[in-house]
Amino acid sequence: MSSVSLARSTRARRKGTQVKRWLFGLLGLVIVALVWEGYKLLGPADGFVIAGTRVLPRTSDLAMPHVWDMFSRLFEPVTSAATARPLWLEVAIAATLTLGIAAVGWLVGLVVGIGFALIMQRWKPAEWSILPWIILSQTIPLIAFAPVVRSWGSRIEIGAFEWEDWMSVALIASYLAFFPIAVGALKGLHSPDRLHIELMRTYASGWWQTLVKLRLPAAVPYLLPALRLAAASAVVGAIVAEVSTGLQGGIGRLLITYAGQASGDPAKAWAPIFGAIVLGLVAAGSVALLGLILRKYRRSEVTA
Amino acid sequence: MIEKAPTRPADAVTVTGVDKVFSTGKGEVRALDGIDMTVSAGEFVSLIGPSGCGKSTLLRLIADLDEPTVGEIRVFGKAARRARVDQDYGIAFQQAALLPWRTVEDNIALPLELHKVGAAERRARVAELIELVGLGDFGEKYPDQLSGGMQQRVAIARALAEKPNLLLMDEPFGALDEMTREYLQTELLRISAETRAAVVFVTHSIPEAVYLSDRVVVMSPRPGRIDGIVPMQLGSPSSRSDDIREDAAYFEMITAVREVLHGGAPIPKGVETR
Repeated sequence: MSSVSLARSTRARRKGTQVKRWLFGLLGLVIVALVWEGYKLLGPADGFVIAGTRVLPRTSDLAMPHVWDMFSRLFEPVTSAATARPLWLEVAIAATLTLGIAAVGWLVGLVVGIGFALIMQRWKPAEWSILPWIILSQTIPLIAFAPVVRSWGSRIEIGAFEWEDWMSVALIASYLAFFPIAVGALKGLHSPDRLHIELMRTYASGWWQTLVKLRLPAAVPYLLPALRLAAASAVVGAIVAEVSTGLQGGIGRLLITYAGQASGDPAKAWAPIFGAIVLGLVAAGSVALLGLILRKYRRSEVTA
Repeated sequence: MIEKAPTRPADAVTVTGVDKVFSTGKGEVRALDGIDMTVSAGEFVSLIGPSGCGKSTLLRLIADLDEPTVGEIRVFGKAARRARVDQDYGIAFQQAALLPWRTVEDNIALPLELHKVGAAERRARVAELIELVGLGDFGEKYPDQLSGGMQQRVAIARALAEKPNLLLMDEPFGALDEMTREYLQTELLRISAETRAAVVFVTHSIPEAVYLSDRVVVMSPRPGRIDGIVPMQLGSPSSRSDDIREDAAYFEMITAVREVLHGGAPIPKGVETR
């Protein structure tokens, strides 16, 4: 087989694998829907209760709306008012706001996380003294300090700059996002072989040159999964922070509002949940795109 | 009264009374003991000996990747550190140590880039080097697309990028198969003749050392010291070709190196040696 036709068949096979992966992804969704409907059809009306605790939900339409009801509800107006937008649009608008806030949080987390990683890589004692605090920081529950951040933020006013509520939400999102980035980047910056470090030394390169030409590119394969994790964390952080700071207009607010209306309109409460899922997928997908741009840094090293 | 001869700047490397002691958890390990050695400009010198004899350590000291405990190392009359900063040597290791995210061209260009050589000049030099190591069509490839021998050739080209007068090589062909190895040895002879660089070459293969060198430095372990320096009477390395591998003089030199390696005693026939 010539190398050209070999390359072509490899490409075709890769394309086939791509299609298969999408099909399996869809199959997963279908299975979840089937399990949902199957339980709803066959499960006991009062759910399963063990020792006074309900371990599986009631199968009523109130607790578990039909999959198709949840789906079709998306295309109906939000309220009965004549000017009401369709539900999916309302959710999408809220999701866009949350995505924007999460993106700001992600960016702040990126800067702070890489900053910490650089400091820790540069000075070993810094690693010993900072890393435990970074890990400890993640054990504080978000809802504990979200209101604190908000009330502190509301007191900040520097000249024309005024702290707005969405900034508190972004800050809290960044608090979750910086952690995987700091840890992943630190591991990545430490990842080059001794041989490569010594090679840079023979070139009489300083810390900065070694960082730019060796450590940062070598860190990319460690950084990408960390960035994806951080994107998902930023979305979760933004939604939770919206709820606990009471920010209007985001998907966190919709979750609370629609849950309150669930007794009359059970399918509606699920719309922002789907919105949050799509939000997470979009966030993680954007990082995957970043990985595509940086793909030359993900080449595996082959030793002679 | 005889005056001590001053270090001639013509010498590529002078090693004077060098000891190297590593302190480990279990105490001190004397890796090198009283090493004296000179490599003239343009000379090809191999360091050979069993593992643990300190030949790689000695190379690392010359490269200023480590410092001698006692003694002095001068490279072209300068302190080793100065020579490293001035980029007086190029180095190649047993692993090619190419950066996987850079193409062949960009890998070779790395030292030039680090030392702010202009883009046009860089391109010209890289093209020249790719030609020199015979990788004409592979400039755009990434290291993972090359064989081990090709990767090692890229590493050699990179070591030569700044036209150093000294090439330090630490078992550069150690991980390659025998055919590729012999081929690259002949290539290296041609390259070192073309560049006129002095070479310090660490190896544990006697035939390799004999084939390549002007002189072979034989070392023994615990503590690492020089047992003897054997001049190769095979004509200058640049005039050698593969034919010499079947020459009687070549086998005589192999025997000579083996005898020093085994403590001067003639080796009984039929005994397997490294």
